[in-house]
Amino acid sequence: MQFSYELKDSYAEVKGAGRLNMVSAPKLREVVAEVVAGGASRVVVNLEDTVFMDSSGLGALIGCLKAARQAGGDLRISGVQAQVKMVLELTNMDRVLTSYPTAEAAFGDD
Amino acid sequence: MTQFWTRIIVALTVLLGVNYIAWRWMASLNWDAWWIAVPLVAAETYSLIDVMLFGLTVWNLKLRKPPPRAPDDATVDVFITTYDEPLDLVMTTAQAAKNIGHPHSTWILDDGDRAEMRQLAEANGIGYVTRGEDWANMPRHAKAGNLNNALMITQGEFLLILDADQVPEPKILERTLGYFNNSRVALVQTPQYFINVPDDDPLGSQAPLFYGPIQQGKDGWNAAFFCGSNALLRREALMQLGLVGYVKETERNVRRALAASRSALKKARRSADAGNPLVAQMLDDVEAATDEGRRQLDAGFSLSEITYRVGRQVDQAVRTLVEADFSALQADLEEIATMELASVGEAGVPVVAGDAVERMSGRAWSPLGALESVHALLDAISVERNKEAQPVMPLATISVTEDMATAMRLHALGWQSVYHHEILAYGLAPEDLKTMLTQRLRWAQGTIQVMLRENPLVQRGLSWGQRLMYFSTMWSYLSGFTAVVYFAAPIIYLVLGILPVSSLSPDFFSRFIPFMVANQLLFQVAGHGIKTWRGQQYSLALFPTWIKACTTAARNVWFGRPLGFAVTPKARQSGGPSWSLIQPQITVAALLVLALVVGVARLAAGLSEPIGTLVNVGWVVFDLAVMSILLRAATYRGFVPEERKADAV
Repeated sequence: MQFSYELKDSYAEVKGAGRLNMVSAPKLREVVAEVVAGGASRVVVNLEDTVFMDSSGLGALIGCLKAARQAGGDLRISGVQAQVKMVLELTNMDRVLTSYPTAEAAFGDD
Repeated sequence: MTQFWTRIIVALTVLLGVNYIAWRWMASLNWDAWWIAVPLVAAETYSLIDVMLFGLTVWNLKLRKPPPRAPDDATVDVFITTYDEPLDLVMTTAQAAKNIGHPHSTWILDDGDRAEMRQLAEANGIGYVTRGEDWANMPRHAKAGNLNNALMITQGEFLLILDADQVPEPKILERTLGYFNNSRVALVQTPQYFINVPDDDPLGSQAPLFYGPIQQGKDGWNAAFFCGSNALLRREALMQLGLVGYVKETERNVRRALAASRSALKKARRSADAGNPLVAQMLDDVEAATDEGRRQLDAGFSLSEITYRVGRQVDQAVRTLVEADFSALQADLEEIATMELASVGEAGVPVVAGDAVERMSGRAWSPLGALESVHALLDAISVERNKEAQPVMPLATISVTEDMATAMRLHALGWQSVYHHEILAYGLAPEDLKTMLTQRLRWAQGTIQVMLRENPLVQRGLSWGQRLMYFSTMWSYLSGFTAVVYFAAPIIYLVLGILPVSSLSPDFFSRFIPFMVANQLLFQVAGHGIKTWRGQQYSLALFPTWIKACTTAARNVWFGRPLGFAVTPKARQSGGPSWSLIQPQITVAALLVLALVVGVARLAAGLSEPIGTLVNVGWVVFDLAVMSILLRAATYRGFVPEERKADAV
């Protein structure tokens, strides 16, 4: 799984297609760290092409949330697919990471 | 008495054959023309071995007496296998099957899953079986799969298997079931006979030599073949076969997986996050588990125990990793919560749900899934057969002709077989060349597949007689290559004047002629008057089919290429004469005729000598006579019953 990011007006959008698992999770952490270090602490992780997530992937998302918050920003997710949604609900993490339908909508309110 | 004479003639033929072939190798080769001399002597050697195997077959010819009465309470299932045959054809067979004398249940095994077929069966009180959901997206294994599926649904002690077109006589069970009073008998095969074939049998459909001396001879070696239809089988034997096969297959898979576990883990270490100590720890744990499994396998622990333990240790390692992921996550959440900048929720720090560890460690969502090589490894270390619809496959699935492989495995387990020489079912043969060629190709391919996958000569549990009986049939399918040589040799002489033999001296004739005479005599005596000429013609004339069967089966077995398999259609294919199907034979025939003309011209011009020309002209005439049957076959318009012919006049 490869990640890419794009700087938008008020936030940065990180995207990756495939499986967010033990192998790809460290890459997500790196990309988000890079984005945050570059000064964009408002991050949307667009998961519309992410078909699967395991415990390591979930750990990476929360780790990235922490990084964004420490930098004074926030991390939000969008376009969550079925299996990922199930994982979020099962672990209660849907209370921590609210998912938005699209990346644009994620920071739409502020 | 007949057996005595048969054996004398067998001995004589073998003696004269060895005398001739040994001389051919040692004293007669024309080395100047080695490129034809060596192939020809090799082809002749092939033929001698073929005759020797036939001699061995008829050596033990067994003429059986009628069996004793079967117990009245022996339970029987009659299976009628169908795929796409016309409904009325299947129903005719099914009705006849229902009328069979001994108590039994009749089942239509419809691999076509046709609603109309189901309705017809139910309306007539006949059982109907089709594949269930288990078979979705799994290998179907054609007829073997169809039968295996039905075996799991039905209960009879014995099974009578009938192709859709094989209409049984009511007495079929009464005449055969008694053989099973011998508790070691697993198979009773009766002949396949076709009613839609005229006396001259243009397509060579009847196989009187096979359903006669050959099967009786094989029976004498306890090697009667199962031919897929018109046969009775003992369920217990088939189930044993399925179970033995399952255990063998599972052990092989587990052994292979454990043996490959080191390299799979090495690969995983490269692809995974090598720096992550947790991942490294998990891989170490998996490696320890598989190493232990390998040790236990060598120490003779049971497969279920080994696979269970490896599975549990791996699960534990995965669980540890998931728990570590979650505790890191929890720590992150707490740090986030302590930050003044944002609050994460109203009810304090969110906590990962307790049962999440369980679920996230399970097979489907495990982080291990990321490591494909490890995942595949662990899939293989299991006793479920994940790639098959049912773990136990009683009928062999290694070949498109499931019958031969199944019988061979039964014999290897020590079961006995019977050939009952009495026509008890009447079937329909193909009525056109195309269908006939498809059918022959399939039989040949199936036989070669079995030979390459489970060579009978090295199968443990088979007696030498049995090994040679199976080998004999396989050997005979290699004849296509020799036919090419037998066609080429006379053409080469007549056109180029090159003789593969150093001279056509009295030495040659004094060895060759007695062998040929004994050979013909053997077929006459062993076949006691059966018409064998049609069979001889086809075994030579269909050489392109035999060659294609060998090459496609070899590619399939060694390189996993598809066979281009087709089910034999029972209804006649329409259309005119089918010359295009026999193009190679037409070409060869044209070359033979051309060779005749050139040969005679060369003789007239004094370029070649009379004896050589005479012998080779005779040879060409024989070759043409053999192939002439194809003329009749290609123009054959299908079977016309006697009465209908009379009406037309």
